Amino acid sequence: MTTETVTSAKTEARLMTGAQIVIAALKEQGVDVMFGYPGGAVLPIYDELFSAPEIRHVLVRHEQGAGHAAEGYARSTGKAGVALVTSGPGATNMVTPITDAMMDSIPMVVITGQVPTHLIGTDAFQECDTVGITRGCAKHNYLVMDVNDLARTIHEAFLIATTGRPGPVVVDIPKDVQFASGRYIGKAGVSKATYAPQTEPHPVAIEDAAALMRKARKPIFYTGGGVINSGPDATNALRALQKATGFPVTSTLMGLGAFPASHPDWLGMLGMHGSYEANNAMHDCDLMICVGARFDDRVTGRIDAFSPGSRKIHIDIDPSSINKVIRVDVPVIADCARALEALHAAWKGSRSVKPDLKDWKRQIDTWRTRNCFAYEHSDSEIKPQYAVERLYELTKDRDTYISTEVGQHQMWAAQHYHFEQPNRWMTSGGLGTMGYGLPSAVGIQAAHAEALVIDIAGEASVQMVLQELSTAVQHNLPIKVFILNNEWMGMVRQWQELLHGERYSHSYSESLPDFVKLAEAYGAKGIRCEHPGELDAAIQEMIDYNGPVLFDCLVTKDENCLPMIPSGAAHNEMILSAISGDEIDEDGRKLV
Amino acid sequence: MEPPASAYDMSHVDELEERRTLAILVDNEPGVLGRVVGLFSARGYNIESLTVAEVDMKKHMSRITVVTIGTPAMLEQIKAQLLRLVPVASVTDMTKSRRGVERELALMKVAGTGEKRVEALRIAEIFRARVIDTTNESFIFELTGASSKIDEFRNLMKPLGLVEVSRTGVLSIKRGSKAD
Repeated sequence: MTTETVTSAKTEARLMTGAQIVIAALKEQGVDVMFGYPGGAVLPIYDELFSAPEIRHVLVRHEQGAGHAAEGYARSTGKAGVALVTSGPGATNMVTPITDAMMDSIPMVVITGQVPTHLIGTDAFQECDTVGITRGCAKHNYLVMDVNDLARTIHEAFLIATTGRPGPVVVDIPKDVQFASGRYIGKAGVSKATYAPQTEPHPVAIEDAAALMRKARKPIFYTGGGVINSGPDATNALRALQKATGFPVTSTLMGLGAFPASHPDWLGMLGMHGSYEANNAMHDCDLMICVGARFDDRVTGRIDAFSPGSRKIHIDIDPSSINKVIRVDVPVIADCARALEALHAAWKGSRSVKPDLKDWKRQIDTWRTRNCFAYEHSDSEIKPQYAVERLYELTKDRDTYISTEVGQHQMWAAQHYHFEQPNRWMTSGGLGTMGYGLPSAVGIQAAHAEALVIDIAGEASVQMVLQELSTAVQHNLPIKVFILNNEWMGMVRQWQELLHGERYSHSYSESLPDFVKLAEAYGAKGIRCEHPGELDAAIQEMIDYNGPVLFDCLVTKDENCLPMIPSGAAHNEMILSAISGDEIDEDGRKLV
Repeated sequence: MEPPASAYDMSHVDELEERRTLAILVDNEPGVLGRVVGLFSARGYNIESLTVAEVDMKKHMSRITVVTIGTPAMLEQIKAQLLRLVPVASVTDMTKSRRGVERELALMKVAGTGEKRVEALRIAEIFRARVIDTTNESFIFELTGASSKIDEFRNLMKPLGLVEVSRTGVLSIKRGSKAD
């Protein structure tokens, strides 16, 4: 190891056990909540946790829940989420959340127990090659073989997880290292020589970008999760720069909330289930300013027809995001906040006339009149879109945080729930993990005790993690799980309808549980609603209940999520309603 | 000003593939080679050859030399993805500047008697290969040079009783007085 450490008088070496070092390092890092599940290989750490009341430990029911809870905590606070699990199955159960956090750039530190050093490699009980397994799905990982490396390693893990492009870091600690006696060092001075993310933008890049912005007639901001990861400074800088320029703004699924949805220049989310105006503006623009987004295939649609007439500026802290999928004209490698502030300064400093955007805004208004999220109302059935709309109306004036599972309900939530602030929307974007939302809500509620935390769920996704309702009950976390129950794996059903000749292969869930009784069995409250006329009262009852609620909202069974860019199509080939399978060609069918 | 660099479909690239030698300087910590090799396989990049050894005992830095093949865009991605790995300190393209010098070392066992044996020894002299072991019916040759020279020597030895080949893979360094 080459990391240099400076030991100041304040953090002078003290002898402790490895387990004590873990707790001391977590305290020094400001960890107030962690999520975990004990087991043989982490018992020494749990023993120390027993007498560490400063750290609230939320006991989950499955290690995957601990990981997603840590993600929810992280995304709603901007701090690193922390999970603690045992070796073997504890570690392998964490692989999904680690991958999820990697894909969505969520800062997370995962501490795993490992069998004692002398048993490593012998196929010992509950042994697995944790660092080998998580090498490809974590930002970085460590196996700590010497107790004297432990404190520095944990501090380094926090540094790497929270700086640059954030991500999950795994620290694997053998049981004998937890018992061994070693010296503690503080976080001051801990650095990693080979790790130095570039945060300040290059002045030439900023000047080039500002020059393009001044000449633009049809500009658009395309913002992503990076703006939220960068913190409040980036959100403020984006809003200030938008105010100065008047450019319209769209965002990825991960970026919702960085720009207020109530703003007249807000176009809504873009991409496969994004708005008609956002996608058409992306296609027709002459300047695209991508801020902390990565041209995901769900965003670009058909790549060789992606925004063919535009110049592109790409602001990203990760150089590997530049030119990975879409070639750009001006790359700006920097922290979003720093780059946006520099762009704003360059914009203010320029004497040239600001672009006239009247024609462009008029065009956008024409697209808006298509009212792309409209749906057919019903007096007899609850339309899923209506359910999200009512939920929004009844909760928007409260201190509300929303998480979701993955599927149709997730897209309806993104379309019909509107966000004014960052860190209020927690969803699994890159990996698309069904079962993310409920444990994520547990993590959010643990961080924001007084807030209203709602998991907008599907009945299929939520059953992957329902056991975490028990966690919510045990820890007095009054989360609300709002299930849009259509009895189908809705998005799978929709694709089978459109792409596979209406052959609904294994996408219908027979014998669903009675969610109300299930909630009661866990000691939570169950509410069922099946009539649009009773929906508001039922939602109000959910909000008013001081405790976890499982809300079974029975919605139209075969509603499709629209609008939609079919696979293999371009942004301007969006389908607004009543799709037949014919819109999707052979190449498109092969895409996911 | 050039036309916009937009609408670039990586699945239909017509750009020609190039062979590049990359020198990757890394912290010599456990698993670092696994990270580098894992990245190549996970993202579908090619590895033509690979060598690795510690080059700075004090700072525990290792140098990994990878020969890879890809389009210019892919090679840029490989470099950026490598730099994303926490223990990677630098990635230098040793071919791009054409100031790079490449060498490879090979050991080859050739078995035969009579005229073939004499011919093998004669060719070895031409290639300045050293004999490092001999029996009545075999030689082991040690040969250093560019990979193409070693390929050529191997081809010539094939009909003369080539039994076994062991190669180090490519090593590279830049000409001139400065370190890269």
